[in-house]
Amino acid sequence: MRYIEPHAHMVSRVTDDYRAMLASGCAAVCEPAFWAGFDRSSADGFYDYFCQLTEHEPKRAARFGLPHFCWLCINPKEAEDVTLAEEVLALIPKFLDRPTVLGIGEIGLNKNSRNELKVLEMHVDLAARHNQLILVHTPHLEDKLKGTLLIIDALKNDRRINPGRVIIDHVEEHTVEHVLNAGFWAGMTLYPESKCTSARAIDIVETYGNERLWMNSACDWGVSVPLAVPYTALEMRKRGHGAAAIDKLILQNPLRFLSQSAKFLLRVES
Amino acid sequence: MKRQQVLDLYFLEARAKLLDLGAFLDRVERASGPEDFRLAAFCKALAELSQGGADKAKRVLLAFSDPTREPIPAPTTKSACGAFDPQPSTLNPQP
Repeated sequence: MRYIEPHAHMVSRVTDDYRAMLASGCAAVCEPAFWAGFDRSSADGFYDYFCQLTEHEPKRAARFGLPHFCWLCINPKEAEDVTLAEEVLALIPKFLDRPTVLGIGEIGLNKNSRNELKVLEMHVDLAARHNQLILVHTPHLEDKLKGTLLIIDALKNDRRINPGRVIIDHVEEHTVEHVLNAGFWAGMTLYPESKCTSARAIDIVETYGNERLWMNSACDWGVSVPLAVPYTALEMRKRGHGAAAIDKLILQNPLRFLSQSAKFLLRVES
Repeated sequence: MKRQQVLDLYFLEARAKLLDLGAFLDRVERASGPEDFRLAAFCKALAELSQGGADKAKRVLLAFSDPTREPIPAPTTKSACGAFDPQPSTLNPQP
């Protein structure tokens, strides 16, 4: 079994996680910019974080032979301060040419506020001007449906955005159809306590098909499981899904989406 | 999968979760305190499980969801609490 981990916050994980992922068949890991669990005090904190994502973390992953890619943004949890967001967005173009940067993400909404929406639109504009892929975070729990609909509207309102180059992550049963019907890719995040369990993620695949869908662990500093994708693959096997169907979901689909960035140079052994 | 295969795989797990739900509701009833919007939403979501149709998970999620469509002026907390509060002033800020 080989798979791509398309969404993992490895700066929050220990080195043993890299080893376990590689031993489980991980072929590449992609890391969107995220909230540190506390608000950074200035744009300088983001500059350092972007250096960590584009310089240090790829080297750490390379020690295990694992290609590491990243996405850049100011995350929605810190997007209420529009002035700070403008300063951070001004930093991003300097990093976009770096060899492991795949696009803008994970942008989106957290509490569905006016300022968050404004900063989302600023990110979408940045992505459009620089022809970047987009990875979108959708809000948690009771805020998810409303946030997902607001995000879809914001993306659709920008005519420069091709939905096939956008993945909207953390979908659940009440949002996946909205995302897929609007032409976007959809990501299912496998968490033990929120978002999707393995069983529910497979239910979604069985209900809505396996086109434009991927699964990720989104492992970070909270309760999360770095091996959630291979564990879900094992559960798919228990439910009678064949090797080709599993391979499509955990390797070929993320490969197809991510290869829209010329930087995603990945040699997948046949 | 055949129905029996689904039950073979998931029945004991679902039974344990159902038991946990019963114990949770007993715990809440034993405790004292005012009404809470989260419990009201929980009971509304629970009622969806006894309805027909193969979209129960979706309807449970909808029962907890914010039904409004306009962005809010400003957030009062970074975290979600799991259920929509129709009167946000009653919301206990989460960490």
